[in-house]
Amino acid sequence: MELLLAIVAGVLYATGIYLMLRRRLAQLIVGLGLLTNATNVLIFTAGGLTRARPPVLPEGASTLQPPFADPVPQALILTAIVIGFGVLAFSLVLAHRVHQSLGTDDVDEVGRSG
Amino acid sequence: MRLSLPIIVPLATAVVLLLSPTRPLLQRWIAFAGSLGQMASGVALFLVVEREGIQVLQIGNWPAPFGITLVADLLAAMLIVATGIVGVAVTGSAFGGVDPRREAFGYHPLLQILLMGVSGAFLTGDLFNLYVCFEVMLVASFVLMALHRTSAQVEAAFKYVTINLLASSIFLTALGLLYGATGTLNMADLALIWSGRDSPAVDLVIAMLFLVAFSIKAGLFPLFFWLPASYHTPPAAIGAAFAGLLTKVGVYALIRIFTLLFNNAPPGLPALLLGMSAATMVIGMVAALSERDFRRVLSFNLVAHIGYTTAALSLLTPEALSGSIFYILHHIVVITNLFLVTGVMLRLRRTTLIEGLGGFYRDQPVFALLALVPVFSLAGVPPLSGFLGKLAIVQGSFAAGAYWVGGLVLVVGLLTLVSMSRIWAEAFWKPSTRGPDAVAPGRALLATIAALTLVTLAITIGAEPLFALTSRAAAQLLDSQGYIHAVLGGTH
Repeated sequence: MELLLAIVAGVLYATGIYLMLRRRLAQLIVGLGLLTNATNVLIFTAGGLTRARPPVLPEGASTLQPPFADPVPQALILTAIVIGFGVLAFSLVLAHRVHQSLGTDDVDEVGRSG
Repeated sequence: MRLSLPIIVPLATAVVLLLSPTRPLLQRWIAFAGSLGQMASGVALFLVVEREGIQVLQIGNWPAPFGITLVADLLAAMLIVATGIVGVAVTGSAFGGVDPRREAFGYHPLLQILLMGVSGAFLTGDLFNLYVCFEVMLVASFVLMALHRTSAQVEAAFKYVTINLLASSIFLTALGLLYGATGTLNMADLALIWSGRDSPAVDLVIAMLFLVAFSIKAGLFPLFFWLPASYHTPPAAIGAAFAGLLTKVGVYALIRIFTLLFNNAPPGLPALLLGMSAATMVIGMVAALSERDFRRVLSFNLVAHIGYTTAALSLLTPEALSGSIFYILHHIVVITNLFLVTGVMLRLRRTTLIEGLGGFYRDQPVFALLALVPVFSLAGVPPLSGFLGKLAIVQGSFAAGAYWVGGLVLVVGLLTLVSMSRIWAEAFWKPSTRGPDAVAPGRALLATIAALTLVTLAITIGAEPLFALTSRAAAQLLDSQGYIHAVLGGTH
């Protein structure tokens, strides 16, 4: 499972960076979104994977029996998703503004007019 | 409570600003009062840290490393005070007029949020919260930068947003790997675990990711090109806040990481940072000499001088680190002031291109006199604070045996002098090609510049006690046991 998720994260990183290097703003933004998700998958995998072992105390017990899922990476990912979502929404608006005021979504054209 | 005030005050001010009516004068006063409050809370915190040592706040009484930890050592406390000073200066300069569209769309609350993010980054004792504070700061800066519609500004904003988001992704990736490798993100806890680890391959990957992420934020070669491409486009007050604070947060993160984590880990890392810093100094300064726009000259000067501070950091000796901290403090005040000076120029001449300037010395003698100190302090003319900071870095690098670093700092210092003298000659001394200025420079802006100039003079006159403080701060940083003990308690 780790191997599969590692490959998924790798592919997401690769496509994200590739799209960020493209000339169109829309692709750049899709690339940013993929990069955020790649990071989330990576945190999830690096934090250690367990199957169906929530970190909840069973009735009557006072300590958890390992292995159990580590809640910290999940909390980190949750925060990262929220931040990533907000930032993605902002960059979409910004790209729309660029398109509105410059009439192009080609990064090279944007650079030339600026 | 004392520790959280520099974060809570700007947040509360921002909330009040959002809820109160959008009359410009009212908003400006609230923002100014909030910034004064933040500065006061910063000074109070600094006094306590100076007297009683490192202060720690475990939020909700969750013991470290499980809860959210705020830590203030001397470095953080001094930077918080500097943040307060920049905040007061920037909100004070708003009385001289802000672009009405910006003011209607949340200029003042966003600035407070920016200050909150910066303070949070300086005070947090946890790497993930450092990431969150970076994001708070960045999103505020994104909006401040993009609140305008001229195509140059929109284009600059887009570059700025893209590269900073990439840096954040890299930072977060490093955090994920670090958590996987060590099981903690509390900095004190990490320092303990990191020194006992033996997996150089993973450590090197994590260290490189951190180095790249923070170098982008700090603006180090070869990752600084976004900075001069964007800092000269927003209005002067925003440029002043960005130039004074944002790159310094990157340098602060580098200082933390290098003193807490990497003081015994991958051996090539300080050498790599040193190489990057040297290239940053030289290339930044050469680029500054080739520019014809005052604000771009300042942006490249900013880049070059960030190189000083990180070069001194990479030596990891108490003397050099102390010089680095002194230089950071001096530079925050001076570069903020100089960006505000460009604000006056924009107001008078509507340009910062050197061709359009000139004659200030004759036409605006008060303004010229006030600008004299920051211009030549940045240039490093004795006895001003820039000279003292450079001297400390040169002495530190000679003491560490890194003679070429000291030599390079001197050469780049000479080039800075050339660059600033040229600005002085062309913008202030050279007779103006146009008639007398139609508008006055504005009292609020001049008062702000005067206040910051006084701070620079105070740093110059009070250099000896300040050096004593930066030496103590450097000693605190290099002996990480004190920090670890303060955060994790007596068991370690």
